[in-house]
Amino acid sequence: MSLVSVDTISLHLGGRQVLDQVSLDIEPGEIVTIVGPNGSGKSTLLRVIIGALSPKIGKITRKKSLKIGYVPQKLHIDPTLPLTVRRFLSLPKRVSDDDAHAALHDAGAGHLCHHQMTSLSGGQFQRVLLARALLTNPDLLILDEATQGLDQPGSADFYSQIERLRREKGCAVLMVSHELHVVMAASDRVICLNGHVCCHGAPEHVASAPEYRALFGTGTHGALALYRHDHDHDACDHDHTHDHTSDHKHHDTAHKESA
Amino acid sequence: MSLLDDFIVRAVLAGLGLVLAAAPLGCFVVWRRMAYFGDATAHAALLGVALALAFNISIFAGVLSVALIMAVTVSALSGRGFAMDTILGVMAHSSLAFGLVAVSFVPGVRVDLMAYLFGDILAVGRSDLLVIWLGAALVVGLLYWRWSALLTATLNPDLAYASGISPKREQMILSLALALVVAVAIKVVGTLLIAAMLLIPAASARTFSRTPERMAAIAMVIGVLSVLGGIQSAFTFDTPTGPTIVCVAALLFVAANLVRLLRAQVK
Repeated sequence: MSLVSVDTISLHLGGRQVLDQVSLDIEPGEIVTIVGPNGSGKSTLLRVIIGALSPKIGKITRKKSLKIGYVPQKLHIDPTLPLTVRRFLSLPKRVSDDDAHAALHDAGAGHLCHHQMTSLSGGQFQRVLLARALLTNPDLLILDEATQGLDQPGSADFYSQIERLRREKGCAVLMVSHELHVVMAASDRVICLNGHVCCHGAPEHVASAPEYRALFGTGTHGALALYRHDHDHDACDHDHTHDHTSDHKHHDTAHKESA
Repeated sequence: MSLLDDFIVRAVLAGLGLVLAAAPLGCFVVWRRMAYFGDATAHAALLGVALALAFNISIFAGVLSVALIMAVTVSALSGRGFAMDTILGVMAHSSLAFGLVAVSFVPGVRVDLMAYLFGDILAVGRSDLLVIWLGAALVVGLLYWRWSALLTATLNPDLAYASGISPKREQMILSLALALVVAVAIKVVGTLLIAAMLLIPAASARTFSRTPERMAAIAMVIGVLSVLGGIQSAFTFDTPTGPTIVCVAALLFVAANLVRLLRAQVK
């Protein structure tokens, strides 16, 4: 049974149609990425799935007692609210110290336990957000441009951690990302969204679809060249080890070639 | 003769009941930037007083119902093209004006408005005390029960949704608690100073807090000190009690911030 099933929903926000007959299913354990230009309704779709927006047209069904781990695009914490990282991890459900430390350590933020949330840098903040999302042992992890503000190694770490989570805990991942090259490498399925679903399917399929090319160009702007380069390497990476150092090397050469 | 026969004892108990509920609630008012919401509900309370006198029902019931209507209306109107401060401004000042006009229509009763604007903690009777402590206990219980959900919803509505918490429901619970505190406090500090007792202890506590729970606890302590110090000073200097309590709270706020400045200098 699907974790989440979105059935032809349409949504208007402030008089503008943001989502137009969007359908999608998320199966247990799969990594699905939504790509699309600014204003294409990506974040809105995620907010529909977590239940923050309820569309009047169409239907959304969630598996019974579905646990969602959500990492928002940005999270403003009012400076009047004192909140340590440790306390933040226990919201809304209290977690044990051991679990909290393990989750922070996994997210590469082990030393931040007693820091105030408002004192964290953008990248540290994202790591803590991820740690919190994972503490609930979610069936579905939803990431809205979660690597925003992370440096290149941080971002690579982030994705390899997500891969590992899927492998170890079998949680499904639904993410929105602008980092096309990484997305294409890491996803099982890609959904290209521009108000409606333009095209969807395996990364290779989507990358060659004319709808996708119409939105993202055919490689003259660097992003796709970067993607193609990585993607080629990725194809052979599957046979070899896939560690961080080799990742960096790829990115470096990719930059040089696209520059 | 029991202890409660002494009006000073009753005043102290009334003040303590109020701040024990107002301090943690005030933390949410500060975190959610609802300062003006407290003001608006408090102003609306005056309309409640007028209606209570006109229909001959208890002041507490009148104030509570108007404060509740106000809270529901504001929650319903927000997010429909008006900025929150605009809605609150319109509601606060118009309900205050309607309240003042309505009071003038009440026949045969010479209403001492000052008593409701500034309260009279020294005139608190046994039944008032019961209402205050029941109301306060209800508010504290409500906050304790919903604490985690309220905190998550305050932090970020989307995080709350993802955890299966409805931020709208939590907002409603806060509004309800706020209406209760206002209704309870009208006798103690009056409508004009309620917002002060919500905000000032919480704002002073921020300086010393690393977690939300600690901030609420310290706000309670500061509130209690304000009440005790205020009633004492009002006697010593022969000043009006309600405003004196708020003055002491304000002085504690200044002191808290001086301590913070000094600490920053030392570091």
